[in-house]
Amino acid sequence: MSPARLSVDRERCIGAGMCALTAPEVFDQDPDDGRVLLLQAEPPAAHRAAAQMAARVCPSGSITFHKPEPNGSWGVSAK
Amino acid sequence: MVMGESVHTVTTMPTARQSGCPFDPPAELIDARRHGPISRYTFPGGKPGWLITGYDLVRSVLADSRFSSRKELMRHHPTIDYGDFEVPPAPPGEFLLMDEPQHSRYRKPLMGKFTVRRMRLLSERIEQITADHLDAMEKTGPPTDLVTAYAKPIPAVIICELLGVPYQDRGSFQEQVDSFMNGETSDEDLMAAYTATQNYLAELVAAKRANPTDDVLSDLTDSDLTDEELKGIALILLAAGLDTTANMLALGTFALLRNPEQLAALRADPALIDGAVEELLRYLSVAKTFMRTALEDVELGGRTIKSGSPVILSYNTANRDPERFADPHVLDLGRQQGGHLAFGHGIHQCLGQQLARVEMRVAFRALIERFPTLRLAVPAEEVGLRSETADIYGVKSMPVTWDKEES
Ligand code: HEM
Ligand code: SF4
Repeated sequence: MSPARLSVDRERCIGAGMCALTAPEVFDQDPDDGRVLLLQAEPPAAHRAAAQMAARVCPSGSITFHKPEPNGSWGVSAK
Repeated sequence: MVMGESVHTVTTMPTARQSGCPFDPPAELIDARRHGPISRYTFPGGKPGWLITGYDLVRSVLADSRFSSRKELMRHHPTIDYGDFEVPPAPPGEFLLMDEPQHSRYRKPLMGKFTVRRMRLLSERIEQITADHLDAMEKTGPPTDLVTAYAKPIPAVIICELLGVPYQDRGSFQEQVDSFMNGETSDEDLMAAYTATQNYLAELVAAKRANPTDDVLSDLTDSDLTDEELKGIALILLAAGLDTTANMLALGTFALLRNPEQLAALRADPALIDGAVEELLRYLSVAKTFMRTALEDVELGGRTIKSGSPVILSYNTANRDPERFADPHVLDLGRQQGGHLAFGHGIHQCLGQQLARVEMRVAFRALIERFPTLRLAVPAEEVGLRSETADIYGVKSMPVTWDKEES
């Protein structure tokens, strides 16, 4: 089984900061433009639930959580 | 909802809450949610539209660009008959009531100023401001009105600092702003106060352009935004950031005092504060209703929302949706379910939310630590609540008292 993988869309991001608040180990905000910065694209198990929650609460749908697939290919968005 | 089942219809927004339930949305809205997440709504003058009270549906409308926030499309108010009045578009800079791409033009340059990290850096300053106000309360002694002594001035000082309003102007500026936001001012005085605020902000923008200082407004003079646009931005920051936070602080304290076991738990474990603030946001949802307009025909919850239909979104009822929150009408500071809609959702989700969170965490904690015996100075039924017709819910005044330390 492959690790969960995250991606972010900085163009969509509206800088609300829900991600940095929910999963600070995984996301930060760019100090200049306030947009999301992905600190870890493959968060360790300990931060996976928080990262998934961040993807769910992001108001602009900028975070995609690709579920691990048994066959190793990236699945579609978990949202 | 089953196909063919008739849709619940709501003909007017309730103007009052049930007596004895100051924190709960009006019974009519809770009842509408019970019938289903979407109801037909008849606007004054007869225009048909919709009222959405279900959590999932409110959230999906907010994430859907086929529903517009544009001011000029909002020709139907839930309770006021505008008649043939043409609503003008939002003035430059007032991006709360704009869609993309205009909205981004204003929100983007502001995003970097309100990040989680920046707002955390502010918390020391906010601690200082709250301590100053608590000192003043202690000096004057009980009883005191928590609204004027604490809930209003703290967000006001912070906004003044963000905008770089000089010290000597703050008193008169705050008075002006208060009189157009408190919902108690006569129409004439309201217009006068509004105009005075506009004029003051125009002068402030010009002053920052000439002599930039260390604040958000001065930083923005470095962008391609015009003075007119900057004035609009300053106005929207005031309008969105003051009354909301002040009412959360006052009404939140009221709710804590009415739930003594929850308050005791928070006192015993200050680490509860982050979750407590989220739960108070959900439970109170002071920014209770917003509107959108359908830009095309949209299928929603088994209904067709016709292009041009006005849609009322009840954030406070959605935040009490039993399908989303177990025991929704219970204030539970330890609640684990996140994702409330108190700051909205989608591209307009509150820009100032991280600031509001830090303000609330600091201010609630400091207040209950300073006055362990804090309590209402009048019976709970006598606390003056805002009417349902006010945009932001809250308390008008709230006399509190405490035991003075023996010394
Ligand atoms: C507890 C306090 C607050 C609450 C409950 C609150 C609530 C909200 C809500 C519900 C919206 C979305 C409106 C919509 O869906 O159309 C919003 C937007 C906004 N808020 Fe707040 N707010 C608070 C504090 C603040 C503060 C402190 C500031 C700034 C200093 C602020 C600035 C804004 C701005 C600029 C917008 C418009 C964002 C946009 O259109 O992109 N708010 N707020
Ligand atoms: S939560 Fe979403 S919109 Fe907000 S900063 Fe993170 S990625 Fe951007």
